[in-house]
Amino acid sequence: MPAISFQSVCKTYPPSRQQRALGKPGLRAVDDVSFQIEEGEFFGLLGPNGAGKTTLISMLAGLSRPTSGTVSVHGFDVQRDYAQARRHLGIVPQELVFDPFFNVRESLRIQSGYFGIKKNDAWIDELLHSLGLSDKANANLRQLSGGMKRRVLVAQALVHKPQVIVLDEPTAGVDVELRQTLWQFVAKLNKQGSTVLLTTHYLEEAEALCNRIAMLKQGRVIALDRTSELLKSAASNVLRFKTDADLPWAIAQHARITGRIVQLPAQNAHEVEQLLGALRQAGVAVEDVEMRKADLEDVFIDLMAGEQTPLEVAR
Amino acid sequence: MMMSTTGWRTLLYKETLRFWKVGFQTVGAPILTAVLYLMVFGHVLEDHVKVYGTVSYTAFLIPGLVMMSVLQNAFANSSSSIIQSKIMGSLVFVLLTPLSHWGWFLAYVGSSIIRGLAVGLGVFVVTIFFAMPDFAAPLWILVFAFLGAAMLGTLGLIAGLWAEKFDQMAMFQNFLIMPMTFLSGVFYSIGSLPPFWQGVSHLNPFFYMIDGFRYGFFGISDTSPWLSFGIVGGAWLIVSAVAVHLLRIGYKIRG
Repeated sequence: MPAISFQSVCKTYPPSRQQRALGKPGLRAVDDVSFQIEEGEFFGLLGPNGAGKTTLISMLAGLSRPTSGTVSVHGFDVQRDYAQARRHLGIVPQELVFDPFFNVRESLRIQSGYFGIKKNDAWIDELLHSLGLSDKANANLRQLSGGMKRRVLVAQALVHKPQVIVLDEPTAGVDVELRQTLWQFVAKLNKQGSTVLLTTHYLEEAEALCNRIAMLKQGRVIALDRTSELLKSAASNVLRFKTDADLPWAIAQHARITGRIVQLPAQNAHEVEQLLGALRQAGVAVEDVEMRKADLEDVFIDLMAGEQTPLEVAR
Repeated sequence: MMMSTTGWRTLLYKETLRFWKVGFQTVGAPILTAVLYLMVFGHVLEDHVKVYGTVSYTAFLIPGLVMMSVLQNAFANSSSSIIQSKIMGSLVFVLLTPLSHWGWFLAYVGSSIIRGLAVGLGVFVVTIFFAMPDFAAPLWILVFAFLGAAMLGTLGLIAGLWAEKFDQMAMFQNFLIMPMTFLSGVFYSIGSLPPFWQGVSHLNPFFYMIDGFRYGFFGISDTSPWLSFGIVGGAWLIVSAVAVHLLRIGYKIRG
């Protein structure tokens, strides 16, 4: 039985009053999405802003209802058997939210109680220790920094020992120390059998952690495969150099440009020669030229720049 | 079954702890306000008004003020908790749990009843230094205090779910709850009004809460306590059905 299952899921938000007046339809945030995540997987859900990642997670969490299709957790439909489904789920929300009336320990005890757990202090202490929160246990949430609040959110999601952990951009805007603490802890839970679903904009994190990845674009799955297979699907090498000049359009449309740094896909030495020759001919002076292996970001950019219809790589 | 009981009781505990942590604002301030009402109106009108023939105005005023405090604070508890947590986003911690809509209802209305009764008791204890009303039918006092708090706690829950911003909540509170409370006979006996306004007052369910509550003290009221009980109890069942339905469909809290 899969840990998470999306079956033909669609979500359309009704048009606003203004949109209705203009005869515009509502927004189709998720469009016929089907995939499964098996028990024990570390699964990445990637896509640009507005691709539908958070909408999918909201439907999984029961925060939002699918317009059509079914979502289940360990075989429990998130609408019909919502109580069972939610007992299996621990969700770290994207927004940095907190209840200002309580301290960290109170928040965790209350969250345990919601799930029917009365005496949970041993596990709460372990969570506080693992997430570096032990000395903040009696601090009010208002007094904590953003990074510390994020740790509390993770602890709240894990307080009922869920079998499926969903992390919705957990490292957005947090420091390196928290990232490392978080990933070590989540990786440990994954090794112990927990299923992890991660959405992130940090593709190097997804590449390092996830066994399998789905990429979303405009509400549709455009790629779904093992991380290693996705990496193979991209150009195997990348030519990287620095320049101050504008690139010719024919080259620029394939390039990943970050300030002075330009990265171009190049399969072999012949393609590298051709590219450098074209740049020389266009009068573009380059420096610090090097080759590197293609990474997930190259795959992502490649797929996102592609056609709007699902690619062959999608299964 | 055990799990669901722990779940809603935890939410009840959390909601009660929430208002208790800001007790000066949620309990102390309403008591002071009620005492100020009593001092001002009691002082001005004590020598000029006798109600039900023999009851002093200050003694008459006490049950009305107690009930008004119960109603307003029961409403404020559930409504402010839900609108605040909706706007701040912390409602997600409850939305992600296996709590049923009944669990939500029991917890939010239960904590509103606790706050309403706590403030009402506080107002009563302080105001009896000014005049001691009778206790003609104490059971009716408890019944109407409970029903009034439950009714307003439920209305607060509905308002909290419906409102999307504090302005809408203020509209609900100031243009609906406040006038209905003030025009329900807190400060006067309906019998002293012209026939037309007596008729209008009888359309206000809040009138029956205060009238029945006052009957518990003086054994006299404008309407039979049984009729008041029927109307208030019936009204509470109706608003409860609405509130449970809204929670079940996730009205404005689940997309």
